[in-house]
Amino acid sequence: MCLAIPMKVIAIENDRATCVIGGVEREVRLSLLPEVGIGEYVIVHAGFAIQILNEKEAQETLQLFAEFQGDIGETG
Amino acid sequence: MRTDTILLEHGSGGLASRRLVEELMVPYLKNQVLERLDDHAEIELEGTRLAFTTDSFVVDPIFFPGGDIGKLAVNGTVNDLAMGGAKPLFLSAGFILEEGLPIADLKRIMRSMAEAVEEAQVHIVTGDTKVVAHGAADKIFINTAGVGLIPKGVALSGHYGEVGDRVLISGPIGEHGIAVMAQRSDLDFVASCKSDTKPLADMVAQMLYAYQGIHSLRDPTRGGLAATLNELAEQSGVRIEVEESAIPITESVEGACELLGLDPLHLANEGVLVALVPAEGANLVLDAMRNHPMGHKARIIGEVCSKKSPPVIMRTKIGGKRVLAVPTGVQLPRIC
Amino acid sequence: MRFLSEFRDPQAARELVRRIRKVADSLSEVSFMEVCGTHTMSIYRYGIRRLLPPNIRILSGPGCPVCVTPNAFLDRAIALARLPGVTIATFGDMMRVPGSTSSLEREHARGCDIRVVYSPIDALRIAAQEQPRHLVFLGVGFETTAPALAATLLEAKRTEVKNFSILSAAKVIPPAMEALLKDGPLRLNGFLCPGHVSTIIGSQPYEPLVNEHGIPCVIAGFEPLDILYGILMLLEQVSEHRAEVEIAYRRAVQPEGNPEAKRILKEAFIESDAQWRGIGRIEGSGLALPDALEAHDAFLIEVKVEPTHEVPGCICGLVLSGQRTPFECDLFAKECTPETPQGACMVSSEGTCAATYRYGRIEEEL
Repeated sequence: MCLAIPMKVIAIENDRATCVIGGVEREVRLSLLPEVGIGEYVIVHAGFAIQILNEKEAQETLQLFAEFQGDIGETG
Repeated sequence: MRTDTILLEHGSGGLASRRLVEELMVPYLKNQVLERLDDHAEIELEGTRLAFTTDSFVVDPIFFPGGDIGKLAVNGTVNDLAMGGAKPLFLSAGFILEEGLPIADLKRIMRSMAEAVEEAQVHIVTGDTKVVAHGAADKIFINTAGVGLIPKGVALSGHYGEVGDRVLISGPIGEHGIAVMAQRSDLDFVASCKSDTKPLADMVAQMLYAYQGIHSLRDPTRGGLAATLNELAEQSGVRIEVEESAIPITESVEGACELLGLDPLHLANEGVLVALVPAEGANLVLDAMRNHPMGHKARIIGEVCSKKSPPVIMRTKIGGKRVLAVPTGVQLPRIC
Repeated sequence: MRFLSEFRDPQAARELVRRIRKVADSLSEVSFMEVCGTHTMSIYRYGIRRLLPPNIRILSGPGCPVCVTPNAFLDRAIALARLPGVTIATFGDMMRVPGSTSSLEREHARGCDIRVVYSPIDALRIAAQEQPRHLVFLGVGFETTAPALAATLLEAKRTEVKNFSILSAAKVIPPAMEALLKDGPLRLNGFLCPGHVSTIIGSQPYEPLVNEHGIPCVIAGFEPLDILYGILMLLEQVSEHRAEVEIAYRRAVQPEGNPEAKRILKEAFIESDAQWRGIGRIEGSGLALPDALEAHDAFLIEVKVEPTHEVPGCICGLVLSGQRTPFECDLFAKECTPETPQGACMVSSEGTCAATYRYGRIEEEL
């Protein structure tokens, strides 16, 4: 029950933000995430930003997956 | 029939639409030509083969990025004829106008239709106009019917698909569906999508010129690519397997689908066609499409296999397999 | 698309599957349950089950808030829709759900004013614009959605939009997960926990499942790599005889969740007991409006609701609690299809049976 997507915040006015994914824009409410800044990525569900997407953690997870692939020789 | 009233779903081009036609209409009107249920009818008159088709247009809003209801009405019927391999020649246009429709809007639509018939190289030779009271129609409904000439040697039908055929598509999916949906104020999103409505007859002629042996052509309108692939598979008595990563789709359509929880394979297209082509001709046809301005993003997306259930399977982006079912219901935004 | 496409990479998927197979190789049968409709959908959409070794079973639990909404709620919504001067606004998922005798889709066909919106805040805007019509929003969802409902309610109160109310069917998921474990025959080796619910509630609410029941819990996202990684982490816990709450979806879930969202939830909702279709009454699993917001509580609108009856003869309760698969139901794909749903699991497009019917029936032949 969790259809939510990562969107980039490109404009903010009070508790309303314009967010974009793949060139598609929508107004998103920031009532649940007052600290968000322009340029950050947020998880958006039903018109509300519910959590900030931690880019560092995202990169670390992808890095982990990349390392898995590098281990092919070891586990064979 | 599973309901006692008509629901919006009956017009969506999915399972309910099919049931309506097959269970409620064909039994009353049946004849051999109708029962083939291709998008066009093939009629032989004194040695000449004609394609004959009709389509009604009720799109709301009537103006949208990339076109309007008039342009759709011309191209939609032109394309149904083209899917039969016919050269589209003559159209009729019937208008049902709602009392209160601004004359300026009607003028705009007529101008657009004039441009569309010029581009498609057809003539609207007869028509009709009715006006109904405010509320009895939604601004304007248009019906177009069309005839075209099928050249000797051309034989196209949804029934002719064969094992080994390649499945080709002429361009990216979902543009029309998203362009129209983005105009709905209750969904309130902005996308740069434009309707892809265009007349495909010329590209079809090029395709047939490159290779006569094309088996089937169909344009995935309402119900989307999923509905069309299922129709073709069932009419031809085969299974179709497609590769998700090969299906062309723009970032805007992908983004809108992610946002609203829609499946791009269920979205309407108005300027795209699917072809079933024997393997030996597939690259010839692909090149012909890519060399044409309306097909430069064409791709081979799958192939035809021997009949199995379910009729359409898709290999997913990560190498899994899933069923590609006939859509049910109306395309609605989800939260789940 | 950023932060989506990278988590769909086929090569990384292959490698995760390889690792999964390696760990699973030394285990006998393991069963994991996901409790989120979006996980159900994603697993089928990407064909993930077929990539896993045969000794791993992924069960679908009661993760579809639409499916677990009982007939009585639908019947009340339909009764409200039939009142003159009432507009119903709803998420699209609810339109085709059958109540005792009708559905919102059918009522729309009969002329009732029923509108699909993407966000409850859009419904509030419609209410403000279309006075004096009274707008009732159907508040269905779990903790991912409840804060949005809460924020909308508080804004309605603050901006004095008096013609707006919510009919709440909002639920919280951890009590249902507990109820599944208490009820007996279910043998689970782990829970794949819902990633977006967890962005709100954090990881702490799953601790009792670990501490009292010894069930490994991994909070996973929804892209194919997220799901595969979550399964891998669960397998590693099982293999190492650990039971912990772990976060696989680290880019979106913090252990404390979203504090502001939790605060807003507390302000707009109180805990209640709730009826889950197919499971029954679960204490403390529902969210209801407090007295302070009674002006916006659609349950307080006087309306005659027809007597509710459930459709007998389906094993939805067993499917929703993961004890049976759809294939083991006599009605599945015969009387019960997405077009003619007989029970909860088929009504919503991401209910277990609906997802299996649409995406999963290839499994049987392969």
